[in-house]
Amino acid sequence: MSDNQGPVWEIFLQKKAGQPFVHCGSLHAFDKEMALQNARDLYTRRNEGCAIWAVPSNAIVASSPEDIGPFFEPANDKVYRHPTFYQIPDAIGHM
Amino acid sequence: MEANKFEEVFESKLAKNEMVEPKDWMPENYRKHLIRQISQHAHSEIVGMLPEGNWITRAPSLRSKVVLLAKVQDEGGHGLYLYTAAETLGISRDELLNNLHTGKAKYSSIFNYPTLTWADIGAVGWLVDGAAIMNQVMLQRTSYGPYARAMVRICKEESFHQRQGFEIMTRLAFGTDEQKAMAQDALNRWWYPTMMMFGPPDSESPNSENAIKWRIKRETNDQLRQRFVNQTVPQIHYLGLTVPDQNLKWNEDKKGYDFSQPDWVEFKNVISGNGPCNKERLAARNKAHNDGAWVREAAQAFAKKRKEIYEAA
Amino acid sequence: MDLKTALFNYTLRLGDTNLILGQRLSEWTGHGPFLEEDLALTNIALDITGAAKSFLEYAASVENKGRTEDDLAYFRNDRQFFNVQLTELPNGDYARTIVRQVFMDCFDFYFYQELSKSKDETLAGIAQKSIKEVTYHLRHSSSWVERFGDGTNESHIKAQNALNELWQFTDELFEMNEVDEVLIKEGIAVDLSIVKTKWDQYITELLNKSTLSKPENVFMQTGSRKGVHTEHLGYILAEMQALPRMYPNAKW
Repeated sequence: MSDNQGPVWEIFLQKKAGQPFVHCGSLHAFDKEMALQNARDLYTRRNEGCAIWAVPSNAIVASSPEDIGPFFEPANDKVYRHPTFYQIPDAIGHM
Repeated sequence: MEANKFEEVFESKLAKNEMVEPKDWMPENYRKHLIRQISQHAHSEIVGMLPEGNWITRAPSLRSKVVLLAKVQDEGGHGLYLYTAAETLGISRDELLNNLHTGKAKYSSIFNYPTLTWADIGAVGWLVDGAAIMNQVMLQRTSYGPYARAMVRICKEESFHQRQGFEIMTRLAFGTDEQKAMAQDALNRWWYPTMMMFGPPDSESPNSENAIKWRIKRETNDQLRQRFVNQTVPQIHYLGLTVPDQNLKWNEDKKGYDFSQPDWVEFKNVISGNGPCNKERLAARNKAHNDGAWVREAAQAFAKKRKEIYEAA
Repeated sequence: MDLKTALFNYTLRLGDTNLILGQRLSEWTGHGPFLEEDLALTNIALDITGAAKSFLEYAASVENKGRTEDDLAYFRNDRQFFNVQLTELPNGDYARTIVRQVFMDCFDFYFYQELSKSKDETLAGIAQKSIKEVTYHLRHSSSWVERFGDGTNESHIKAQNALNELWQFTDELFEMNEVDEVLIKEGIAVDLSIVKTKWDQYITELLNKSTLSKPENVFMQTGSRKGVHTEHLGYILAEMQALPRMYPNAKW
């Protein structure tokens, strides 16, 4: 969507080095450099981050609400993917 | 899924206090109501920059100058968060701004009153932001996800705004006689317009019922107004100022103050364009937008040349 | 001229330049060309006004006559201000604001790098903090110069006009007088000829990249080192100082 305010970008911030990038909001910008600068001026005014990703909104592919069942519910019964599924003898301790 | 099945899912989300997200099905009226409310809210932040920005160049100390700059900038940021929340409902920033510039969209009536003295900057921060925060705290739990998330961020950032205003009032109220008079005068002029910010009485509020039903709003106008008065009167007493309402009286039964209603005829007039500054505010927004047109065009042309623009998928 | 007088004057020069530029930039707040840019410019105004506050605080302490940074900002007359004239010129259109800004940002970028090596710890400290801010400011204003220069025909003309009008005020940035001489000897002040060389190079490259031309053979304005200004400063001060002067006994 390219209106007179420039395209919409989604902004992801990394709070501290090593942590994942988390979506914090959107903004308008006409080019990449501006998207980064605007993200800095808008979303890090209070020291909220140390790195920024700016992604054009229309580059994001999203699942739809109807996908909830087929996409995510099949994972519900695969308890063997979680460590708590397995029993480790007390003598072994932490594993 | 059939239409009523969609509606069931939507209703059950509301019932379970779950958030509605942009891609979820929602009733058309819900969408419309949200666009109206969020954009009004965004416009209010943006227009609200004007009466306060009015005093940045005249702030009486360097400390108060940087604080006010930071605060007015925050208001702009909040407007921006809200515009992007509204955009998730399928309306563009251009349309939103166009609605503001042509006078089609409304914004909070409060910003159509003038900031005449430095004390007004104190009163705006303390009373107007105080009233706004009350609304916003409630809206953090509103049913539409992007709106609620914007409000969480806004509330976090707003926390210094009211203190900034109260600090100005404190310095004036405990300052020279002239400063104290300035503070009282500002309180007199801003008290009733602030009360109007919560909207008309519940009995006359056309949109309230749906807003409560959809969990867009969680408390009524009258409830919020009462809470505001209860909270603010002790602060006024602390400052040694007088509430400009002869009918103000503690009511032990309701554990709250009885108070006079603002002039609702004035409210309707200010909302519909007859306030002291409506025309100036809109003219200022239009001028900024029009003067900025060539800047935006240049940025767009440059991005195209550098192939940095991403066309709609 | 004794060291203290020189240091006071030098610090005022830095404080005033930031103060008046911050004042001008903050006129844009709420009126920017679009919302995101409004916030960006206000951020810059905020940094610059903050730097003004630091320098004037220090000036007040150097003077040591019981005046505060606010006394210096609000109770001096225009002939006692030492900001460079470039900062006091009206904002004009956005191209003019940006061109003025890139001139100042580029100057500050190289100036603070030098000042951070000053033997005066306070000045060096303020400079170190400011370098980070100014690095960002310069990136911001430079990218706009590029966008205007290589954007539309209209933006190119506006940017070139701004360059042509403002160029005459750029020499003042690098003027040195007795104040600088005294302080350079002590390793406190910056030799502005070093800054000028780097400034020239950066601006020349930027203008080339932006398809803009550098004005040539321009007669240069001067005066601010002696407290002589354009007509605009009087109005800025009238607005900025009105309230404290109306109520001289009040505290805010």
